[in-house]
Amino acid sequence: MIRNYFTYLFMFILLVMTQSLLLNNIEFGGFINPYLYILLILALPFETNENLLLIIAFFLGLSIDIFNSTLGIHTSATVFMAFCRKYILKIISPRDRYDFDAKPNIQYMGVSWYMIYSIILTLCHHLFLFYVETFSFSQFFSTLARVLLSSVFTLILILISQLFNYNPNVRK
Amino acid sequence: MRNLIKFFIKNSFIFLFLLLEFFAFWMLVINNNYQSSSYFNSSNYLVGNFYSSISNIGYYFNLKDVNRQLADENARLQSESIESYIKIYGKIFQIKDTSYLQSYSYSTAKVVNNTTNKRQNYITLDKGKLNAIEPEMGVICPEGVVGIVKNVSNQFSSVMSVLHDKNKMSAKIKKSGYFGSLVWNGNNYREAQLIDIPNHVKLVVGDTVVTSGFSSIFPENILIGTIKEFELPEGNNFYDITIEFSVDYKKLSHVYIIKSLLKEEKQRLEQTSQETKE
Repeated sequence: MIRNYFTYLFMFILLVMTQSLLLNNIEFGGFINPYLYILLILALPFETNENLLLIIAFFLGLSIDIFNSTLGIHTSATVFMAFCRKYILKIISPRDRYDFDAKPNIQYMGVSWYMIYSIILTLCHHLFLFYVETFSFSQFFSTLARVLLSSVFTLILILISQLFNYNPNVRK
Repeated sequence: MRNLIKFFIKNSFIFLFLLLEFFAFWMLVINNNYQSSSYFNSSNYLVGNFYSSISNIGYYFNLKDVNRQLADENARLQSESIESYIKIYGKIFQIKDTSYLQSYSYSTAKVVNNTTNKRQNYITLDKGKLNAIEPEMGVICPEGVVGIVKNVSNQFSSVMSVLHDKNKMSAKIKKSGYFGSLVWNGNNYREAQLIDIPNHVKLVVGDTVVTSGFSSIFPENILIGTIKEFELPEGNNFYDITIEFSVDYKKLSHVYIIKSLLKEEKQRLEQTSQETKE
């Protein structure tokens, strides 16, 4: 159990570092930027306390904000995403609830389930993020284009990251 | 009362969510209104040091470009220096001429963090309060304008880049001298917009746009860019002008910070004349 906590703490630090040092420098076409750090919210186990999840999301967003000097933008979007996760999990749950030892990754839940799960939550996060950043609906469609393009790149990175701990020999 | 507490515990998830969101937005608003009072940004000690040690690694890859830029700059300064002029008129040519008063002083700084992909881009520099950097100083690089210092900590300063959607800079067309405002709409980091140029001015694609020197943050005639395209919307008295920056903000590494020595005097004078008018 303790080992699990350390795994997620390590993941937190690794994701914040990757985001601020590597991914913030990647720009396709000048303004499309992947935000991989939300992987932590996707990867936390199903039985995580929902209030704890919100608090983790808050601190995750806050650390990204401090590195970007965009105080509040990532924090609000990540908290919103953690809020949505509870309801999304309810809506897309398998018929006989989640297994006790299952984790939200491709290994346990299968590709199609994971795709739906990550696409919806990434869109929640990016929509909130970009509209809070612009803070107006005056450039609605150009912001929407940024949301969609950035989501695509974030999702590609999330799926690649899933391959790192995919072990085809372990059958669920 | 007990029912109320029960209600809160039962819905703790939603209340916690609302509380955290409220807190996040509070930070957002505070941070936007009072840039100078914000502490949690990349000019704070921990993050600044972290970025500067990371960017030290990146500098080796830029050295070639930086050297070329410095050599160009040196050559330009050399050609402007007093020794490279020959005396044609007059008998006396004093280098220390008392009829000139230095009004701007420059100091160098290194960029330790830089973004170009947001609507509000900031640059972090490795000089701060201890190097006598203050908010509202101008920042330029050998190829043109970079931005204005917003926050300073002891060792770092955070610069509001020209690529900031709230940035409004006074600019003029070098050839004709007409001035307008430079704004950036947040779409392309190579282009900005010049507004408030009246429709009777003759423009040519490729005209140079420079700083006007009105704000006394930047000296006059610092390069901003060239006109890329312009059009006159029907029924409008002002042009829509697109400018291509002379600086590639993604390659920024060494910059100059400008201190205006006469700014306070100028502002005091302008303030008094405004007050007497009222």
